[in-house]
Amino acid sequence: MRWLIGGAVALAGGMVARRLLGGAGRSNDQWQRGQARRRGPRWHVATVNRPAGDVAPGGQFPEPLAGLGDAVEIQVRPAAGGRGTEIAVRLRDGARLPLAAAARRAAGRDPEQAIRAALRESKQLIETSEVLHPDYPPTTESTPLNKPLQMATRQGRREGRL
Amino acid sequence: MKALVWEGANELAVRQVPDPKIRNEQDAIVRVRRTVTCGSDLHLLGGYIPFMERGDVLGHEFLGEIVEVGPQVRNHKVGDRVVVCSFISCGKCWYCQQQQFSLCDNGNTNPAITENVWGSAPGGCYGYSHALGGFAGSHAEYIRVPYADQGAFTVPDAVSDERALFASDSAPTGWMGADLAGVKPGDVVAVWGAGAVGQMAARASVLLGADRVIVIDRLDNRLQMAQTHLGVETLNYEQQDIGAELLERSGGRGPDVCIEAVGMEAHSNGPQLWYDQVKQQLRIESDRPIAAREAIYNCRKGGSVFVLGVFAGLVDKFPLGALMNKGLTLRGAQQHGQRYIPMLLERMARGELVTEHLATHTMPLDEAPRGYEMFKQKLDGCVRAVFQPTS
Ligand SMILES: NC(=O)c1ccc[n+]([C@@H]2O[C@H](COP(=O)([O-])OP(=O)(O)OC[C@H]3O[C@@H](n4cnc5c(N)ncnc54)[C@H](O)[C@@H]3O)[C@@H](O)[C@H]2O)c1
Ligand SMILES: [Zn+2]
Ligand SMILES: [Zn+2]
Repeated sequence: MRWLIGGAVALAGGMVARRLLGGAGRSNDQWQRGQARRRGPRWHVATVNRPAGDVAPGGQFPEPLAGLGDAVEIQVRPAAGGRGTEIAVRLRDGARLPLAAAARRAAGRDPEQAIRAALRESKQLIETSEVLHPDYPPTTESTPLNKPLQMATRQGRREGRL
Repeated sequence: MKALVWEGANELAVRQVPDPKIRNEQDAIVRVRRTVTCGSDLHLLGGYIPFMERGDVLGHEFLGEIVEVGPQVRNHKVGDRVVVCSFISCGKCWYCQQQQFSLCDNGNTNPAITENVWGSAPGGCYGYSHALGGFAGSHAEYIRVPYADQGAFTVPDAVSDERALFASDSAPTGWMGADLAGVKPGDVVAVWGAGAVGQMAARASVLLGADRVIVIDRLDNRLQMAQTHLGVETLNYEQQDIGAELLERSGGRGPDVCIEAVGMEAHSNGPQLWYDQVKQQLRIESDRPIAAREAIYNCRKGGSVFVLGVFAGLVDKFPLGALMNKGLTLRGAQQHGQRYIPMLLERMARGELVTEHLATHTMPLDEAPRGYEMFKQKLDGCVRAVFQPTS
């Protein structure tokens, strides 16, 4: 019985890990609505609960976004219904690193992951003035059962549907 | 420091873990004076929520004293006696500004897990697995409290530790259920589950002016408690016909508001329990929605059903036909505590809201594994086991 539950937990953890490690965001892409969908870098979008002027004061985006430099295109527009400002970011065509996609992901250098992480962190910086960190030092130990979940958690800040 | 950690499904231990540290400028560190078991922990304990790691500290409903504050904490200082909301919310994002604090965009450090499972991520919660942020829980001598100005509330002198403790989670959860389900004067309200959450939902319904409030469970000690301390009616589903009783007590209409305060490990007398247990073991369904089904079936036409019990994934035999054809409103939420806690503390100070009867067993942290065993098996009339890591 205990074994059964343990097995199921490991299985579910593994499934999530695979989804996180293997799948990029599948969100509907409003920024390409009306255009024929083409293969290529997609827009990652986050809404920030602040007026547009607070998003990039003096044209300067928060460090995580600014740090992406010329590799990305950034668009800013007011969100409907007083919801703040939408920030959309995508990789410029041809800006991909020459490494194979899988190798980039494994090395944590997937540019799409970097964009998602930069968007989340920038949104937090604009809204709350800091990026929320997990507890440290952790109280958990590494065990064979924990491994897939720990991997998934590490990816948890760079993946998702953004 | 000492803490109660999850070691695996149904395995708990008290052991030494690293002390928490200030990690953000808006953090505080709280020395935990009281921390309490919650029905939500049972779902973690049993391995129903597969995002726990060996060594995770449990506990999310707690009270203590601030011992350290980050440089951006404005409303609190060292020495404040505070009760802390179980959900971690920034207070600045759009959801927080809509007072939907448990949906905070900035409270969960691992949003991708729940984005993949549910489509988007709720906020973080203490001691509630890596899906909700992986924050260490409160069954420990100390705990880190992010966004301390938003989540920690100074307890008025007139309210004892014993009473204020429940302003962290069970009382705001129950209040939210009654409030967001739209309980108003004249209503008949039925509440499934007489645990702390169900009892608090029932009391909130009384205070919001409901005409009749009926609490349903099978544990006589809990039902007796609800009659004595909350002034409500009760039904025992092992001894009474719930459907017939609810109709009789609501003029043949059915309750206006039905609140589910049981969650995904619901129990039943009939073949339903066996059916759902088998499916749960085979991982065909993850949750047992027995009380949710009953709430929907028994609610009056056009009525309102609120799901306070925690569900993690998929349920089976969900009565969508009854929901649609009877024109019901169905809602659910993790608690938006920051919205209610100041008001609840005032009501506690005035004696309108009493909670200390819920703490049936109080013990040192060292005995927490025994406390969980009593709470889980509902032994010796246990409603909630309270631990005192420090005095
Ligand atoms: N929404 C939130 O933010 C939030 C917060 C806290 C707790 N919760 C959830 O609320 C639920 C209740 O928490 P609790 O601490 O009171 O738990 P508890 O285990 O103490 O109480 C649950 C009660 O439900 C009764 N019950 C079981 N099956 C039933 C049925 N078919 N009909 C009627 N009663 C039945 C049990 O006998 C028990 O008394 C849990 O699922 C918990 O996870 C939600
Ligand atoms: Zn709880
Ligand atoms: Zn927020």
